[in-house]
Amino acid sequence: MNKLKKLSPAVRTNYLTYLGVIAAFAILQPLAMRGKLSPTLQGQLVPICAYVVMTLSLNLTVGVLGELSLGHAGFMSVGAFSGAVAASALQNAIPNTGLRLAAAILIGAVFAGVVGVLISVPVLRLNGDYLAIVTLAFGQIIKSIVENLYIGIDAKGLHGAFLKPLTSLGEGGRMILNGPMGIPNITKISTFLAGFVLILVTLAVIFNLVNSRAGRAIMAIRDNRIAAESVGLNITKYKMMAFVTSAALAGAAGALFALGQPAIVASKFDFNTSILILVYVVLGGQGKMWGSIIAATFLTVLPETPAMRGLADYRMLVYAVVLIVVMLVTNSPAIKSFFSRFKKEQESETTKGGEQA
Amino acid sequence: MKKTLALLLAVCMMAAMLAGCAGGDDADPTKPADPTDAVVDNTTDPTVAPAENAIKIGGVGPLTGGAAIYGNAAANGAKIAAEEINALGGLQLDLNYQDDAHDAEKSVNAYNTLKGWGMQVFLGSVTSTPGVATSQEANNDHIFYLTPSASSTDVLGGVANPLTGTVDIARKDNVFQMCFVDPNQGAASAQYIADQTLGTKIAVIYKNDDVYSTGVYQSFDAKAKELGLNVVSVTTFTEDTKTDFSVQLGDAQSKGADLVFLPMYYDAAALIFTQANAMGYAPKWFGIDGMDGILGVEGFDTSLAEGVMLLTPFNADAEDEATQSFVAKYKAAYGEVPNQFAADAYDCVYAIYAALTNAGVTADMSVGDICDALIAQFTSMTFDGLTGEGMTWAADGAVTKSPKGMVIQNGAYVGMD
Repeated sequence: MNKLKKLSPAVRTNYLTYLGVIAAFAILQPLAMRGKLSPTLQGQLVPICAYVVMTLSLNLTVGVLGELSLGHAGFMSVGAFSGAVAASALQNAIPNTGLRLAAAILIGAVFAGVVGVLISVPVLRLNGDYLAIVTLAFGQIIKSIVENLYIGIDAKGLHGAFLKPLTSLGEGGRMILNGPMGIPNITKISTFLAGFVLILVTLAVIFNLVNSRAGRAIMAIRDNRIAAESVGLNITKYKMMAFVTSAALAGAAGALFALGQPAIVASKFDFNTSILILVYVVLGGQGKMWGSIIAATFLTVLPETPAMRGLADYRMLVYAVVLIVVMLVTNSPAIKSFFSRFKKEQESETTKGGEQA
Repeated sequence: MKKTLALLLAVCMMAAMLAGCAGGDDADPTKPADPTDAVVDNTTDPTVAPAENAIKIGGVGPLTGGAAIYGNAAANGAKIAAEEINALGGLQLDLNYQDDAHDAEKSVNAYNTLKGWGMQVFLGSVTSTPGVATSQEANNDHIFYLTPSASSTDVLGGVANPLTGTVDIARKDNVFQMCFVDPNQGAASAQYIADQTLGTKIAVIYKNDDVYSTGVYQSFDAKAKELGLNVVSVTTFTEDTKTDFSVQLGDAQSKGADLVFLPMYYDAAALIFTQANAMGYAPKWFGIDGMDGILGVEGFDTSLAEGVMLLTPFNADAEDEATQSFVAKYKAAYGEVPNQFAADAYDCVYAIYAALTNAGVTADMSVGDICDALIAQFTSMTFDGLTGEGMTWAADGAVTKSPKGMVIQNGAYVGMD
């Protein structure tokens, strides 16, 4: 414990975040294995992990890089569809579900990362509101593209068509992605364990990036772009680094999500989903990864709790009220000063402890 | 002071939530009666079986959001049927409808909630996109699934893709439909238009990000080519562009289409009629079962829908006693004329009831045994309901019944034949 106190506050928070995630997994996994969780929560374990990774990755763009992105669900969509198509195509090549899931997540991340690079070339020349508008458009473009994409598989391999549906497939073939109808039959291979590992990997990637030379450069750009440029930082390079990392992680989350659902359609990953993830980031606190994890988990579980289900028609109304209350409460000066009092006491204790040692 | 109050409220809400979470593990016997519970109040009649012996029937539908008119109609229709059956005093049914807001992910959550409640028979999803997801889940769990209105062939599985001829989804043997499957609707519409020579130049507007609309269009297109119908204009829209149809209508008008086929839900159609009227474009309109409900749109001038034709299996103006009794009960309880979705759900509950009684199912049987018994019944029985006489189900899960052509006259549906 003393050792922990000696660490810098940032590093300590990082360790505590890892610890929190591991503790939550250690509690939930045995319960899930023994079927002690309610079917609703059991079914939500994988989506929760996917939303947590989505929120963490968006926090990298919004909190660390300081740019508002309104099209993050687009990257999730790219990852979800590329990952699910890959998993379906590799069904015979990789019989082991764990390995197939890992391959699908990797493919989802790579595709989303590549799209991220393509997008970031025009987008990162923009700032603030303009960047937000372009990312919003990007999300819509991805949705339209997927809705017009048809992918089938037969003995000869994958066949694709754009705008017009595929009209012929070889013997024993089947459609995988059927345009607006999405992927209607996914073999569920995502597990809570995989989601947990993906969260840890995401945290490791983000913490290492933020605490590196590049991370300090990214935050310098966020805090004062002109000053950062004047000391010779390559703005485009560092912005792209954060943006593409964020996109790839979102792609991985998308693949994890898709492979935990029985069916997915492109319209699932629309503007609303982007905003939902942004709400998680803002409520959790920009730049605070532990906040993102808690906000994403809490707000994903909340509308499905029996108490909320019992409200029937008023469920989503109450959900919105909860969001507003949380927003007001976390921003209220009275509550901030209430908590900062604790913080000061703690800090003075630590400094005392430090002097004694 | 205000801030203290806000904090207090937040703490209360958190406490309520946590209390809810804690109760999530068990089947919630202490939970207050759900507003959608359809078990009749049996305190007055001691002979009625207590709710513990009732068969638990769950349903999922969009009770809120853009497609809520369908979800609520189905839930209300099912509720009336369950109340009637429970009043008979024999086998008791406990009905529970959960909201999915027309979203596949939320639909799976709702399904899992029902599983936690102890559902034994599943009334399925009301709409197609969530239906594809929940049917897959119910198939894995082997829970009997009869959907009132999720008409996509992907819900049933085992149906060949009309374009490639490949079977992309294996047949889900526990899944049955009460409504027509999409290809039947599209093909039947084309057949009807050709038989009655309703139009010489036909335009189609469909929603290409929707499972239901695209499915109907594809089968209509295939059948129209076969029958040699002259389709002059095919235009599309999506969820994001359903607020303006001037381009689509302009295309149909400039190509001289005299009949416009609208395989879509009523909400977009209401706007199409309004915009076409403003443009001075007045072709014949032809819709499918999703058009049902257009007269209930708030703020919609029903005179614009005058003369709209649609294929639907249910006619609220039918003379027979069963329909009239259902319509009267529905009007008394919910203050509106029931649409086809309400009638389909009503039939679903009665069909399940008939199968349960025939098979002698009791509430203490396992979900899997009930499912096997019901599959055997459904593939062999004949059922008379509001939406058709002598309905039968083949092993592929699709229902056999004939659609009725309807036309809107003086703000009401009237049979065309």
